[in-house]
Amino acid sequence: MLGAEEWQAVLLSLRVALVATVVSLPLAIWVAYILARKDFAGKTLLNGLVHMPLVLPPVVTGYLLLILFGGNGWLGGFGGFFAFRWTGAALAAAIMAFPLMVRAIRLAIEAVEPGLEDAASTLGKSRWAVFRTITLPLALPGVLAGAVLGFAKALGEFGATITFVAAIPGQTQTIPSAIYGLLQVPGAEPAVLGLVLVSIVLAMGALILSEYLARKVRG
Amino acid sequence: MLQVDIRKRLGAFTLDATLAAPAGITVLFGPSGSGKTSLINAVAGLLQPDQGQITLNGRVLFDGATNIHAHARRVGYVFQDARLFPHMSVLQNLRYGGRKDEDRIIDLLGLRPLLQRRPRDLSGGEKQRVALGRALMCGPEILLMDEPLAALDAGLKSEIIPYFRELRDEADLPILYVTHSMSEVAQLASTLALVSDGRVTRAGPVADVMSDPAAVPLIGVRDAGALLDVTVTDVDPADQLTTLSFAGGALTLPGQLGQVGTQLRLRIPAQDVILSRTQPEGLSALNILPAKITKLTKGRGPGVAVGLDCGGVPLLARITARSAREMALVEGAEVFAILKATSVAPMDVGAG
Repeated sequence: MLGAEEWQAVLLSLRVALVATVVSLPLAIWVAYILARKDFAGKTLLNGLVHMPLVLPPVVTGYLLLILFGGNGWLGGFGGFFAFRWTGAALAAAIMAFPLMVRAIRLAIEAVEPGLEDAASTLGKSRWAVFRTITLPLALPGVLAGAVLGFAKALGEFGATITFVAAIPGQTQTIPSAIYGLLQVPGAEPAVLGLVLVSIVLAMGALILSEYLARKVRG
Repeated sequence: MLQVDIRKRLGAFTLDATLAAPAGITVLFGPSGSGKTSLINAVAGLLQPDQGQITLNGRVLFDGATNIHAHARRVGYVFQDARLFPHMSVLQNLRYGGRKDEDRIIDLLGLRPLLQRRPRDLSGGEKQRVALGRALMCGPEILLMDEPLAALDAGLKSEIIPYFRELRDEADLPILYVTHSMSEVAQLASTLALVSDGRVTRAGPVADVMSDPAAVPLIGVRDAGALLDVTVTDVDPADQLTTLSFAGGALTLPGQLGQVGTQLRLRIPAQDVILSRTQPEGLSALNILPAKITKLTKGRGPGVAVGLDCGGVPLLARITARSAREMALVEGAEVFAILKATSVAPMDVGAG
C-alpha cells in the first residue's frame, strides 16, 4: 500500500515529532513550573504567549514563522537552518504542541502538594534539589502525559508546517501533508488509506505507552 | 536560644510578635487563627516578615538586609500533617535531609520495623514519628512542631508524647511547639508563650504563667489552672487512690498514678477549685488545702481569678465576682482551697 515516498513521510514525521517533543520538553516543564508556582509581573502575558498557537489559525502561526525565519526574515540568520528543511517542520510542530504540553504539565505540577516542597526545603534542600527530588518525580505521570500529547500533536501538525516549510518530499513532507497531497491525485486512495492506518497505529501506540509509563512511575 | 521580633501583614491580619525561646520546649498556645503557625513559618523561612529580626544561637536568619533561605536555616520542622514524601520509603524519607545520629534516632522513635514501608501504609502516629525522625536526622539547631498531635486520637497522642519529653530532657535542642491543647502544655512545656491576634501576649516559665491570675483571660477560662509538681507518697490499691505530696500539703486523686517516689506534674483547673473562708467539714471532697490569697484579677465576664499561695506553691482558683464580694475576699486573706478528687483528668498528669 505504501510506496517509498509514503514511508519517507512516515519516518520524517516520526523524526520531526520526536525531536520537537524532546527538545521542547525541558522548556515546557520550566514554563509550566513557573506558571504553576511563581507570581511575577508579566505572568498573564507569558501565559497568553504560550497559548497563542492554540488559538491562532495554524496558517497564521506558520506565516509568522516564515516572517521570522524565512530567507529575508527578521531572524534570517537562522533561515538556513530552518527554512524548507525538516528542522523547520520540527520547529513548527514544537510551537504548535507547546501549549498542550505546558497545560498538561502545569496541571500535574499544581497537583503536587506545595507543603511537600516546603518540607523538603526545611530539610536543607535548595530549590533546584527540591524540584528534582520532589516536584518532578511526583508530577512525572503528568509530564509524560504532556509529552505524549505533544508528540501526537506534533505528528499531526499540518497548517503551520505546510505554510512555513511547504511539503517537499524527503525534506518537509510529513504524514498529514503527504495525505493532503495524495488526495489531490486521482487513484491514490490505497496510499491514503495506508497513511491513515499508520497514523492510527502511531496514535494508539503513543497513548498506550504513556499509560504504561505513568503506571510504572506511580509504582 | 531563638529570638524573634517580627511584623507581617497578612490581609486584614497582622502578626506582630516578640518571642525568646530558650532550651527546652517553648509552647505557643492560642486559639486557631491567632498566628502561631505564621510565627513558626517565619522562623522556618517559609514566610517572609515585612520587617524585624530573627536570630538563632546568635546567627541572623532574618533582618531587613538578610533573609536566609529555608534550606540554609538548619531548622527541623514537624508539620501537623507529617508531609512524608509519598514516592519514597520510610528510610528514604528519614535520610532525605541527612543521616545525623541515624541509628540512635531510629531506635529512639521505634522506627526500625517501618523502614521499608511506604508512607501510605503507616498509621497517623507512625507517620508523625517518621516526620519527627526525619526532622531530627537533618541535624537541626532548633525543632519546630506545628500541632504535631492534632490529627491523632488520644491513644496515639499518649504513644508519642513520651518521645517528645525524652527529646526535651535529653537533647540540648530548643523546641518551638504550637498547640491549642492545654493538656499538651501541661505535659510538655518548659516555657509558655500565649498568642492571640498575632501577638505574644504573655511569655515565661510555664509554672509562672499558668499560676498568674492576670493570664487567665489570655489562656481562657476553661484551660486556666496552675501546674503543680508533686511526688507520689502513697498508693492505695484497695480504694484505687494515689496520694501526692507537695510543699503546700497533699492531694488524693483517683487511679494508681505511679509508684511511690514518682515525680508528676498536675494541672489543677482553676474552675474546679472551690474556696471557703472556714475549714469545711462533712464534705465529700478529699482535698482541702489551706492557702493565702495573693492576687485577685477581675476578668471580662462575671468571673474573678484568684491567685493562691499554698505553702509557697502558687495555685489558681476561678470564682464569680459575687462570691468574691460576699466572702469579702481580699489579698492576704486566709482561705481553704477545695479540690474534687476526680477533677484532674489523666491527660493532665505528666511526668515531672
